[in-house]
Amino acid sequence: MITGEILEGMDFDVVWLARVQFALTIMFHYLFPPLTIGMGGLIVSLEGMFLRTKDRQYEEAAKFWTKIFAVNFAMGVATGVVMEFQFGTNWASYSRFVGDVFGSALAAEGIFAFFLESGFLAVLVFGWDKVSPKMHFFSACMVALGAIFSSIWIVVANSWQQTPAGYVLQRDGDSVRAVITDFWAMVFNPSSVHRLAHVLIGCYILAAFFVMSISAYYLLKGRHVEFAKKSFTSALVLGFVMSLAALFQGDVQARKLKDTQPAKLAAMEAHFHTGTNAAGLYLFGLPDQAEKTVRYGVEVPGMLSFLVHGNFHEPVGGLDKIPPGDWPPVAITFFSFHLMVALGTFFILITAVAAYYRWKGVLFEKRWLLWIFVLSIPLPYVANEIGWVTAEAGRQPWVVYGLLRTTEGVSKAVSSHQTAGSIIMFLVLYALLFAVWLYVLNDKIHHGPEPATPHTPADTGNLAALAGLRAGTGGGTLTGTADSIQPPDRPPHP
Amino acid sequence: MDLNLIWFVLLGVLLMGYAILDGFDLGVGILHLAVKNDEERRLCMNSIGPLWDGNEVWLVTFGGALFAAFPEVYATVFSGFYTPFMALLFALILRAVSLEFRSKREQPAWRTVWDWAFFLGSTLATFLYGLAVGNAMQGMPIGPDKEFQGSTLDLLRPYPILVGVLAVATFAMHGSIYLYLKTESDLQRRIHGWIWRAFGFFLVTFLFTTVYTLVEVPLATRNFERHPWVWLVVALNMLAIGNIPRAVYQNRPGFAFFSSCSSIAALTFFFGVALFPELVHSSLNPAWSLNVYNGASSPKTLKIMLTIALLGIPFVLAYTTVIFWVFRGKVKLGKFSY
Repeated sequence: MITGEILEGMDFDVVWLARVQFALTIMFHYLFPPLTIGMGGLIVSLEGMFLRTKDRQYEEAAKFWTKIFAVNFAMGVATGVVMEFQFGTNWASYSRFVGDVFGSALAAEGIFAFFLESGFLAVLVFGWDKVSPKMHFFSACMVALGAIFSSIWIVVANSWQQTPAGYVLQRDGDSVRAVITDFWAMVFNPSSVHRLAHVLIGCYILAAFFVMSISAYYLLKGRHVEFAKKSFTSALVLGFVMSLAALFQGDVQARKLKDTQPAKLAAMEAHFHTGTNAAGLYLFGLPDQAEKTVRYGVEVPGMLSFLVHGNFHEPVGGLDKIPPGDWPPVAITFFSFHLMVALGTFFILITAVAAYYRWKGVLFEKRWLLWIFVLSIPLPYVANEIGWVTAEAGRQPWVVYGLLRTTEGVSKAVSSHQTAGSIIMFLVLYALLFAVWLYVLNDKIHHGPEPATPHTPADTGNLAALAGLRAGTGGGTLTGTADSIQPPDRPPHP
Repeated sequence: MDLNLIWFVLLGVLLMGYAILDGFDLGVGILHLAVKNDEERRLCMNSIGPLWDGNEVWLVTFGGALFAAFPEVYATVFSGFYTPFMALLFALILRAVSLEFRSKREQPAWRTVWDWAFFLGSTLATFLYGLAVGNAMQGMPIGPDKEFQGSTLDLLRPYPILVGVLAVATFAMHGSIYLYLKTESDLQRRIHGWIWRAFGFFLVTFLFTTVYTLVEVPLATRNFERHPWVWLVVALNMLAIGNIPRAVYQNRPGFAFFSSCSSIAALTFFFGVALFPELVHSSLNPAWSLNVYNGASSPKTLKIMLTIALLGIPFVLAYTTVIFWVFRGKVKLGKFSY
């Protein structure tokens, strides 16, 4: 009996530590993909503009953002391998359960997305002087496409955990696993399309704010002004459109939760009691899970009913409809969701104000507004991260909603000491990585883009060529050199 | 051939691709500290600069395919190898960031730190691959519930450690030949010397491991009796290994590199032969081993994945070829280098 209790305590330890480690590693990893997904499109459009207009400013801008992109991509790859390992190392029982379903999505991600991204990234980063501008543009398209592909498959897999579909449960001895019956039903499970849209919108908002922040900084310092104005304006359009899209798309998505994951919806709104009338919407408050109440709540009467049902009288299913053992942690889900919504609202307001001033033609004189953009850079990161916290914490206590509990998913062969050890390793390693990442980004941002004209002979190859040219003009082969540098339209001297 | 066997073979192909491709860039990392000055170190790092990331994708895809095709094996092995695999992640991350960040500052101290990180990351990762292979060949304590029942110390037996050292030697040799192909003049002349030393190190560990395997690891050789045609690959491997010094001596480094690729392919093949039809031998009870059937996903999933693979493989081969073609020839330091 006592041993049983100790064992249970140990089990809890392993589960808790494995969750801490997963949260740590996935949240750290997710600092990087949203930027590369969002920025892929930016580089494609800059290179496209360069091909069309032959304006070298676009090429230099593309080169600059590619450098930023490459640093983030490398970090994304390095921290992404961890995620793939971790399903097996820490969540072996979960892997056995979902492998048959999850596997196809992961295999598709590997073969369609990763090879595409990493291969063409090489051309994108190292190929400026090795391939033609058209081939380079093509590579940029492939990298951007690869980034979107990988987000598709990973969101499909995660959405299957939220709203499983296209499977049957198969018993084999003591163990149960989910086996695929309909691949397309698995891919287009009830939440995957909505969630994918929301994830991509989040990525574009982040990339837009990232570009606006750096551009605003240059504008304030009076450096790279033309470059910064161009970048800021296009990012502003993207940021404004995507922030609005997040609002409408997020509303559609939340309404679907009423049917697919009512416990998550109730926890997001800290809606404890169903009642018989319209449900209000908390703007603020401190949910108290034990007392089933919200302290200091500021409520808009009837609003939740309106958002969910489109009317002001129908009740909304509360947590009282869910067995207490199946409740998500209410406070985390509530706070992360509300903070995300607040940040989303801020993104709409600030981009709307900036768009108004840009339209009036006075945006770049509003230094206070530019400062807000410079300092806003962490906010879209926070919004992306806590959006995922809402999604994942709101699914608890399930790792696969309704089918497998998180406590059942953990590895049996791994002890709490091992997990604690690896958490310490990741903390140290990631702290180091984070510092180096900030340092290198800062360095690149301070360096800024190269001026578009005249062409700077920065690399040794060009220097040698230039030296050769000078030696040539100084030497005896004057006529040959003069011919080659004389513009053809100039009339010959008599 | 049923779907389970096809996926066993496909996983073998992915592992082979990984060992050949990432093998040379890990080898460059193992040899990194032997390069003396900063410019030459940069040359060596840039010789793999555009390629290592794509090479590592073979590992990621191997992992994904193992998870998808044989989830039980993936779960058992990854949780059983917990501590070595965490060390592997540490090594891979360290290596990736040292490549990325070494060039970002001029200070010698900064560069020395990343030089060591690059060397240690590459060497440790290679050794741990070998350790995992050695354990899989010798068998692991797997219980009736398909779970690993040992401790981390059980994974550090002499045979797996020996295979780990063999892996380091093999990739060092492979990487030295690659560097010889990519470099010029004085540096190339010195690398010529390393090839001989790395080959000697490889030959000694290879012979020692072979004898050890024949004497002490009967599991690994049982299929040689059942399928005598495997001896053909043994003969080809001998030819390939013998051809490495011959081609180097004749100054045909491309041929030497091809031989070293072939030899790595053969070694991966022997690993597959040693396991087949199992993926993890249970040292506690042969009946508890995980094989291509009791460790696999459903036939439907295997079929879906095969469709995905057949759709994707032509693309992967096409752009892998394009990218290796774009970055062919001797390595030069330029504006976009590390």
